[in-house]
Amino acid sequence: MVEVEVRNVNKTFGNFKASDNVSFEIERGKLIGLLGPSGSGKTTILRMIAGLETPDSGEIYIGGRKVNDLPPGERGIGFLFQSYALFKHMTVFENIAFGLTVQKKSKEEIKSRVEELAELIGLKNFTRRYPLQLSGGQRQRVAFARALAPNPELLLLDEPFAAIDAKVRQELRGWLKKTIHQLGITAIFVTHDQDEAVEVADEIIITNRGRVEQAGVPIEIYQSPKTPFVAKFIGESVQVPDYTIFKGFEGYEQHEGILRPEFLEIGATIEEMPQPMPVTTERGIVRGTYFRGSTIQIDIEVKGQLLRGFRGLEQPPLHEGDLAFVFIHKIYGFDGDKTQVIENAAKFRESVII
Amino acid sequence: MFGKNDVIPGRRLTFGITLTFVSLFLFIPLCAFVLFASGMGIEKFWSAVTDWRNVHAYGVSFFCALVAGLINAMFGLVIAWVLVRYDFRGKKIMDALIDLPFALPTAVAGIALTTLYAQNGLLGQFFYSVGIESAFSPMGITIALVFVGIPFVARSVQPVLKDLDPQLEEAANLFGTGNWTIFSRIILPELVSPLLTGFALAFARGIGEYGSVVFIAGNMPYETEIAPLMIMTKLEQFDYQSAAAIAIVMMCLSLAILLGIHGWQSRQLKRIGGVVSA
Amino acid sequence: MRESIWLRRFLIFLAATFLFVMLIMPLILVVKEALAKGFEVYFKALTDEFALKALYLTVEATILAIALNTIFGLASAWLLTKFDFRGKTFLGSLIDLPFAISPVIAGLFFIMLFGRMSPLYPILQEYDVAIVFAIPGIILATVFVTFPFITRELVPVMESQGRSEEEAAATFGASGWTIFRRVTLPNIKWALGYGIILCSARAMGEFGAVSVVSGHIRGKTNTLPLHIEILYNEYNFTAAFAVASVLVMLAIFVLILRNVVEYYSKDIEREEVVEPSADLKVGVANG
Repeated sequence: MVEVEVRNVNKTFGNFKASDNVSFEIERGKLIGLLGPSGSGKTTILRMIAGLETPDSGEIYIGGRKVNDLPPGERGIGFLFQSYALFKHMTVFENIAFGLTVQKKSKEEIKSRVEELAELIGLKNFTRRYPLQLSGGQRQRVAFARALAPNPELLLLDEPFAAIDAKVRQELRGWLKKTIHQLGITAIFVTHDQDEAVEVADEIIITNRGRVEQAGVPIEIYQSPKTPFVAKFIGESVQVPDYTIFKGFEGYEQHEGILRPEFLEIGATIEEMPQPMPVTTERGIVRGTYFRGSTIQIDIEVKGQLLRGFRGLEQPPLHEGDLAFVFIHKIYGFDGDKTQVIENAAKFRESVII
Repeated sequence: MFGKNDVIPGRRLTFGITLTFVSLFLFIPLCAFVLFASGMGIEKFWSAVTDWRNVHAYGVSFFCALVAGLINAMFGLVIAWVLVRYDFRGKKIMDALIDLPFALPTAVAGIALTTLYAQNGLLGQFFYSVGIESAFSPMGITIALVFVGIPFVARSVQPVLKDLDPQLEEAANLFGTGNWTIFSRIILPELVSPLLTGFALAFARGIGEYGSVVFIAGNMPYETEIAPLMIMTKLEQFDYQSAAAIAIVMMCLSLAILLGIHGWQSRQLKRIGGVVSA
Repeated sequence: MRESIWLRRFLIFLAATFLFVMLIMPLILVVKEALAKGFEVYFKALTDEFALKALYLTVEATILAIALNTIFGLASAWLLTKFDFRGKTFLGSLIDLPFAISPVIAGLFFIMLFGRMSPLYPILQEYDVAIVFAIPGIILATVFVTFPFITRELVPVMESQGRSEEEAAATFGASGWTIFRRVTLPNIKWALGYGIILCSARAMGEFGAVSVVSGHIRGKTNTLPLHIEILYNEYNFTAAFAVASVLVMLAIFVLILRNVVEYYSKDIEREEVVEPSADLKVGVANG
């Protein structure tokens, strides 16, 4: 069942096109990551869903109801601001209770709901404190509870982890994902951090220059990026101006593409290669090696092009200046504003050669 | 203007209130003045503006305000420096005291300063004994204008001096730079902008000041008459047109000072990528 | 930069002397002159019929100026900081205008608007309404010279607070009045208090503008500063300084109040204690 639908939405600020014909649907109960570089229009989309900005054209539906002309307070949403926007002079209790007070709920009802939420965010003993007396992580959880208090259908989170220390951030991500799923609420969060999006979100919507580039589950986006932007933005990559110079990729009309490190097989000797054939294997010179914890990153120059790949720690070490062998499994080739996956031709010739 | 999609309510209400107040208390009086002044006729205007007694009065106002502004720039810098960088007893009181001229009615300051600096006054006797007329003279006017202008420079410089990055000085210290060089080459350039702002505010205030000056000035024609006093005098003679003409000259003078300083600052700041503070 | 102890002492001495001569001595002098002929004369000057009437008018004008400027200050600051519209900068400069205009000229504006040469004058005459050379004129002039004070204090504070707290309140459907009362007002109360203090100090001490519009009708249109002028010009120095000493006390009261307000507003900032997130583990476990 569709919870949120955004249909052909446009929004301009002065000369800046923040949303360019944006359309997408979100299913009920899903946790969605709106991912994009800064200035890509992701926060604007979130604010338009909340009613904090008004689209120039297009429609927004929440729970099947058109909300374009509804003020934020009547949309059944909870909004978590990037800087939390906690009410400084109110206690944690009063902050969480605010939405319920505005709805003129009874004192007992407010008290039990606030206590329930304070329990949920683990700040049961902090309800009399003021926001400035809390740590960043605590503030974020108070803002979370405040947004949840009036039981919204939809929770919107603007860069929820941006203002938190790296160490605490990691714990909060897991906590937030678990809690949102427990509550069974639909949620959209905005982030510029792809690791965060991949780790937290059920599905990702990637935005760039006011447009939606691709939407889908993280692994699908990773494995088959539809546009050059997504291919470059997600995962590590090296862009090459002409991939037809490499063995197994000759004869294509398009030339530009990108290579992920995991598409490369790098061997110290030709025997190490999966297909130890000179016709399919490139030779290159190692230009740099970097220890990356669980792997070793190898920067290797092949036909004048610097490529990047990984090698396991247990494999024989390579050094700068060594000659090495490279097999390229596949390339993401660009075709206008689309991306296609091109497999190495040797993979199809395999049987013939043997 | 009337965005119906505002998230925060109250645009119409606050706009209505603001517009009503601005119209009633600023715009309509200003228009009345402009209307009246524009009906004056260029000849009458010119003869009032160039009347020698009036010209002398602008001169007195201008020069006394200028000198007072310079004195305040100097002492304001010292006061701000002392308050920001040193610790001493009575510092809090000194800090609070600076705002006294904002809080004390100008008429009170006027009669107090006059009594102090008159011939038989506590301070005046010293000046008069060496032949300096410290009251009922341009010097007296300047003293009164120094009084009203004290807070401007000190309060402009203080926050800037406080926020000055100590690493700048530390970096200079590493080169073994001398105190005077650090002050003149590193600290002073940062303070030029607030000094000028404070100076301009004090200067503009001085040109228009009336209450504190009118007692100590003596108000002798061609000697110690100030421009605001001339407006009063013309009003008492029911010569509204001359009063309006003098007012126009004074407003142009203040405006020129404020705009001039503002323009200079934005040119300077554009060079170093700052924001105009005035 | 480490100045020698002598330079430090010299600079402190210089600043202290300057402020003593320019600010403290006049204050002492006012008190000394006021009491020159003993307490009896002092109290007699204060309880004089005209002095009391002047005090009454000063209080009236000050209270009205504060009331009007508080309404205006809150409305204009809300408009200038919570919304975007064309002409915003212009409006801001227009509000600051009274700072750049001599009080005497401000008084002149109202003479031009309501005085004898004004087109409104016959109408006012017909309904027997006196504005200039009467109390309404004094109040108008006082409001004019204090016009920017409260707005000026509020705008920077509200600007730095941003709009997100108000937006957050709006996402819960709070009304404009609720947002103002529960979210905005507590954040700006010290700035508002400070603005009101500055406004009242200026209102009760205003001389030039009030002098122009008052017409100096004794016992009717004299404020305390104008009453002082009359007494002084009549060579009744003791009485003049006696009345002045009341204003000195008010000024000192304002300064103290100002510092109290500043102290408390800083106190709020000082409360910002960021605690280590030791309880986070508990929180995560509970969630």
